[in-house]
Amino acid sequence: MIWAFDLILLIFLVITAIIALQVRDLLSATMIFGVYSFLMCLFWAEMGAVDVAFTEAAIGAGVSTVFLIATVFRTSRRSSD
Amino acid sequence: MKIIGFIAVCITGWLLLSAINDFPDFGDPHSPANGYRLSQYYITDTFTDTSVPNMVTAVLADYRGYDTLFETVVIFTAGIAIIGILRRYGSSDKSVGRSKAFIEEPRKDLLIHTTCRLLIPIIQLFALYVIAHGHHSPGGGFQGGAIFGASFILLALAHNLKTAEKRMPERRILTLAGVGIFIYAGFGLACLILGNNFLDYSILHKLLPITPIEARSHSMLGVEIGVAFTVTAIMFSIYSNLVSSSRMKEGL
Repeated sequence: MIWAFDLILLIFLVITAIIALQVRDLLSATMIFGVYSFLMCLFWAEMGAVDVAFTEAAIGAGVSTVFLIATVFRTSRRSSD
Repeated sequence: MKIIGFIAVCITGWLLLSAINDFPDFGDPHSPANGYRLSQYYITDTFTDTSVPNMVTAVLADYRGYDTLFETVVIFTAGIAIIGILRRYGSSDKSVGRSKAFIEEPRKDLLIHTTCRLLIPIIQLFALYVIAHGHHSPGGGFQGGAIFGASFILLALAHNLKTAEKRMPERRILTLAGVGIFIYAGFGLACLILGNNFLDYSILHKLLPITPIEARSHSMLGVEIGVAFTVTAIMFSIYSNLVSSSRMKEGL
């Protein structure tokens, strides 16, 4: 556990989470959510849970982003509110 | 309404943050979870019981084999439910807004194709390593299966769905998903037939020239392979149903 690295990761994590909620474009929100998953994956790896880390990388950052993009593809692009 | 929601979020956040003080330290050997007799047993006796260095896999696939068997069944059921809800047979092409050429012809992008040709074998090899080495290093059936399924999704993204469907037709997906659970349950049934409890692998040493302890280790590999089959198939089937308006024709 490296203290400074942890702090930087945590700040980025919070920033991406807020942006993913705030951004209006659904496709950008999906991409930022992928970034969030990847940061989460770095967290797992850093805490020593390597198997959780690469599952998060494969499913969280990879597959679920693809699923969400596939779903966004079927909707109109901007949210109405 | 938004203000009420914001206040609720703030209060919940404050409650969660104030609970941090009560947590044990990271990796504290004297935390309640580590001090409990059961975890002590796993930590000290796993290797002598099963000759598997990775405690997590031993707990997952051996000590708590029932749990994992029905987790696999949950994944299978989820996949079947998604196919049941999304899949539409017949040829009433209404929702396709894109040109036929985009659907029929594979995309010809040299850069993407070459990258995928290089990457996909490595990804699949790594997935197989994760499955096969799951009881010695971090990994196992779920993780390896997810990575293997992701490699097929990458293939479908880079070319089109038809190219990936050639390697992984719908019929084969369903067969593989079923076969995975049959492998897992078959190990349990074999134990039952040979006279032990369901999923108590040590009796399987009668079938092969190995000791009971090694039998537990090797059976863990077997059930992990079963899990990997199911996860791979369901992962790709969710993708292909989701992207193609459930007609298995076009890609993303």
